[in-house]
Parts: sequence; structure tokens; C-alpha cells
Amino acid sequence: MYNFALLDESSKREVRRALLKAIAIPGFQVPFASRELPIFFGWGTGGLQITLSIIGPDEVLKVFDQGDDDSVNAVNLKRLIQLTTGVEVTGRTQAATLLQTRHRIPEAPLRADQVLVLQVPMPEPLRKVEFRESETVRMHAEKDYGKMYVKLYEDVLHHGEITLASDYPVLVFDRHLMAPTPIPRWDVPKLHQSQHLSLFGAGREKKIYAIPPHTGVEPLSLEDHAFRVEDFSSKACIFCGSTAAYLNEIPAPQGARQAYACSDVAYCHAHRTTREAAL
Amino acid sequence: MSYVGVKGGKDAILNAEQLVEYYRCRKGGRPLAVDQIQNQMRLLVDKVMSEGSLYSPEIAAIALKQTEGDPMEAAYLVRAFRSTVSRTCFSVPAKSEEMFCIRRISSSFQDIPWGQVLGPSRDYAQRLIRFDLKDEAHLAVDPPRTDDNAPLDEPVEKVVAYLRRQGLMETPVKDHDQVPYDITRQPMAFPMDRSARLQRLTRGEDGAVLALGYASLRGWGSVHPTLAEVRVGYLPVKIRHPYWRTEVVIGSVMVTEVEAICSFKKVEDPQSGTERYLFTLGYGMVFGHNDRKAIAMSILDRALCADQPTSPVEDQEFVLFHIDNMESQGFISHLKLPHYVSFQSALDRIRSIRDKSNNTRANTPAS
Repeated sequence: MYNFALLDESSKREVRRALLKAIAIPGFQVPFASRELPIFFGWGTGGLQITLSIIGPDEVLKVFDQGDDDSVNAVNLKRLIQLTTGVEVTGRTQAATLLQTRHRIPEAPLRADQVLVLQVPMPEPLRKVEFRESETVRMHAEKDYGKMYVKLYEDVLHHGEITLASDYPVLVFDRHLMAPTPIPRWDVPKLHQSQHLSLFGAGREKKIYAIPPHTGVEPLSLEDHAFRVEDFSSKACIFCGSTAAYLNEIPAPQGARQAYACSDVAYCHAHRTTREAAL
Repeated sequence: MSYVGVKGGKDAILNAEQLVEYYRCRKGGRPLAVDQIQNQMRLLVDKVMSEGSLYSPEIAAIALKQTEGDPMEAAYLVRAFRSTVSRTCFSVPAKSEEMFCIRRISSSFQDIPWGQVLGPSRDYAQRLIRFDLKDEAHLAVDPPRTDDNAPLDEPVEKVVAYLRRQGLMETPVKDHDQVPYDITRQPMAFPMDRSARLQRLTRGEDGAVLALGYASLRGWGSVHPTLAEVRVGYLPVKIRHPYWRTEVVIGSVMVTEVEAICSFKKVEDPQSGTERYLFTLGYGMVFGHNDRKAIAMSILDRALCADQPTSPVEDQEFVLFHIDNMESQGFISHLKLPHYVSFQSALDRIRSIRDKSNNTRANTPAS
């Protein structure tokens, strides 16, 4: 009934052209037409258009949402990709060749033969300080990022801290300011000089961008206020005991002890298995 | 322990899908026939075709059945289907003078050539609920008798053509070499050219186009038009034959077209150097029969021609980024997806800032 990987071939080719340009100019947002898909805009259509445009029949696919392969939207995306391509699907980070993610980068380091596709809600890092697209385009062209530094400075002035939580703006290849997607700050260092290729797709906002392997990615900071990742000191996962992973807190009833669990479920599972084997 | 709220993955979504189907069917009765929707929900089908940007009453009707009558979801289904179909060719520019009109009115002139034709219109209906429809037994209504046998199936001159002959209306400059901008295959870039703007507007959500057009009319903008013409009818679609290179008609689409006469402006003739005053034009055309959307579109078209935007509805980015129902409903509803990770990150920030301000307060000696 439908073409391999759903989209018609000319639509896929347009996405691949945008990808090539994006890889050639790290961190630069390449506009593309962006087709409507059988899932809603805002639910991963940018990532999905990239995945559908580069996937081959031999790919091993992992799709995860907030670190979880079993989260409903991740399952739904996988269902659609599998239905139209028949590729093999895995939950294991190491086994996958193509990984599509929403808002997390796996805890396990990725290899050079793996491609990470990130779903992007708001591709424009400057939208926080400038709502007009024609103006943000100019600011990028002129590397005019002063407003963003002023925001950081005002944060420190009013709150004593930089208030940006996730989707922390980064400078790529010392040239383009880029939104790393709402990954936690914890994941930002994983983009710096990475082995793997990262591709970013924003379906609704119709932009594609990329970080090629071995590219410098620096989170924005002030001289006297360094970038800091989330603080999980003295906390551990209640399932695997890890103290080296991003944790989600589990709201506890009053009086009960606050518990934490790994957000990367594949990592948690692997860590638990090795720990149990060692015991 | 169920520590990840929206989890359980496959079974949960399969069950949810089945439940939706169950809710569609649970009250029993006769299954709704697609042709019933297509024929008796004509305006709803038109709305879905217009926003879905695909002229197929049948596909629109199936989509409406599948979505239990949610026009936004139905339009989304239609657009998603559109993404799987390859583009084979462009039509040649349609000439709306060739439209076979079922309705044609002008609010600018009392007597227009070929006359005013109300056609199927609820404009003058009294909005009273007709309870007799509850027990309608047959669909048998004859078309009204008419004394006027003048056919409308020959090309009908536009009202604005009359104004142009008088030298009172601007004439858009034609660029014969221009390839039409295709917003489904080319990225959006601002400032957006007029052909692309009109495409964004015609696919826009009915209510969104109406609201923004209304805002301009009410005072958040300066467009207060007089309608030269509202036309509803069947527009022949022609393509260039691949071998013979002649134009061939491949079918027709039902459309609503509006030409709105807007405020006049001073124009300098580049050749003679003389100044003239000309009315400006706002243009609207939508798939199907939908006067209000076509009129609102014509207002927005004109508003977006402003050189110096003075209100949000004259701002291309404000209007064109926000009227597409695929984009707006998709992003609004994505808020239902889990945000555990980013919210955890926000918790980290608020606690850190709170601790810092508590420490500062503790260290400040009481006065």
C-alpha cells in the first residue's frame, strides 16, 4: 500500500539534501519543507522524517522517549517505522545502528558507526530572547549572540544562578549557537567531540541541523558562572544502584524516603545485570 | 512499581486504539455510510478538503468517519496521506472567469453583468432549529423554479475587470516565467512571496483564518474591504499534455473565490511619472464552499501586503506561522507527552536557586 519508509522518494531526497548541508555547516539550521506524517507535528515528526529518509532495510533501530524504549510515543513511532520498513528493532543501545531519541542521549557512549537522531520541539535557541524569525536568522548570520549572554547575566543578577534547565544553548564549532533539544544539561557534554553523528529534526518548525563527529560543542557560560550539570550527589537508583546516571525522582508519600530511578532504562537494565552477575 | 507513568507501551496504545473504535460503535445502529457524509455533510467535507489541502470528497468523508467527526483530526489524516503520494505535475494557472458558478454575488454594485446569483446560501436564513428534520423520512427536495434561464456556464467577467478598465484598480504584475512556489516541497522563508502566502492562508484552519481576519476588520489592522465578488462554483483544472503540449481539462474542483476591494493608494506611473490613485485588492480562494473563510483570507492577503506592519495581523510571521491547524494542534497536544527529564532538570534549578537565596538571607545580619 505505502512506499518503503512511507514518504514518497522526492520528499526523502529533499530531507537528505538538507542533512548534507546541515552536516557541512555544524549547528546551522537548514530550512526544509517538512511533510505531514501519520503522527502529529510536535510528537517527533522531525526526527521521524530524518529516520525515514536515511533508513535502509538492514538497519537495527532503537527508539526511546525520555530514556525509555517502552514509553507510549516511542512504541508508536517504532510501530510506524517497522510497519513501513520491516527493520529489526532493539532496546539495547550497543546493538542499534540508528537511534531516534526524544530528550535523552544514552548513558553508554555511542560509536562511530551509530547515528543518533534527536527530535526537536524548538530548534531556535534565540527564541528565548527574540520571537521574530527574520531577526534570529540575522543574528546567526552575524554571530550576534549578545542578547543571549545578557540573558545569562540577568539570570545571575536576579537569581544568583543561570536558570536555563534543559535545552541548554551550546556553541557548535565555535560558530553557531544551537538548541541541543530538551536533553538535560547532564547530556550536553556527550555531544562534545563525540564519535557518533547527531542529526536534529524539527518537523513543525521545519528545520534540520547536525553535529558531525569530532566537533567542539561548548555550553554557553559566563566567566564567573560555569556551566553545571544537574546535581545527583548522594543519590542512587533504587533499581540498579547506579550513582553515575541521570535520575528521575519518584514523588514519595509524605514521610516516606525520596526515591530515584535511572531515566535511561536500557542503561539501568544493563547495569543491574552486571551488578547481579558480580554478586 | 509503576514508576514511569505513561508506560506499558504497546499493549496500552493498542488497547486505547481499540477503545476508540469501541466508542465509535458502542451505541449500535446502522454504520454511517461514507457517501452519506460526502453528500449530506457537504460543508464539513469541504472544510476537511480545504485544510487537508487535497481535493477528494471521498477521502475527506472517510477521514471524518474514522475520526468520529473531528474535522481537525480528519484534515490531519488527509494531509498525512498527501505526504505519501508523489507529485506528477502542476496544473496550468486556472482562470476563475471560466468557473461554472453556482453562486455569485457582489456587494459593490447592485447590477452586475449576469446578475446576482444567491445560489445555495444560508445568508438570509432564520437561524431556527428545524425540529422536523428529526424525523425526516426521505431525501426528496426539488430545486427551486426559476424564471431566469440565463445560463451561468459561460465565462463570466469579473467585477474588478470593470474597475480595471476604468483605471481604478491595481493590476498585479504577471511574471510568465515564474514557477509556482510549492510550500509542501520548499522551505518557508521570510519575507514570504505572495504565492506562498496564499497557499499558507488557503490551508489555514477555518477558525484561525476567521479570527485573524476579524481582528483586522475590527481595528487591529486597517483592512475594511468591499466585496467585489464572492463566487462559488466548479473551476476547470487543466494540465499541459506531456506530448502534445496543449492544455487539456482533467476535471474540476468546487471552490469559493473572493475578490475584495480595499483602500486606495497613490501609485506613480514609472513611464509618464504621473501619479494615480488605485484601489488595492485582497484575494481569497479555498477548496469547497466556504464564504467566510474565503472572505477572511482576502482580508489577510491584503493585510499581509503591508510594507510597514502596524499590527500583528499585518505581520507575516505572526499570521503565517500560527494559522496552520496541523502545526498548532500538534504542538499544543504534545504537552501530553512525558516531560519527566526536562522537569527534573527544572527542579534541579529551582532547588539550587532556593538554597542559594536561603543561604544569602541566613548570612545577612538582621537589622
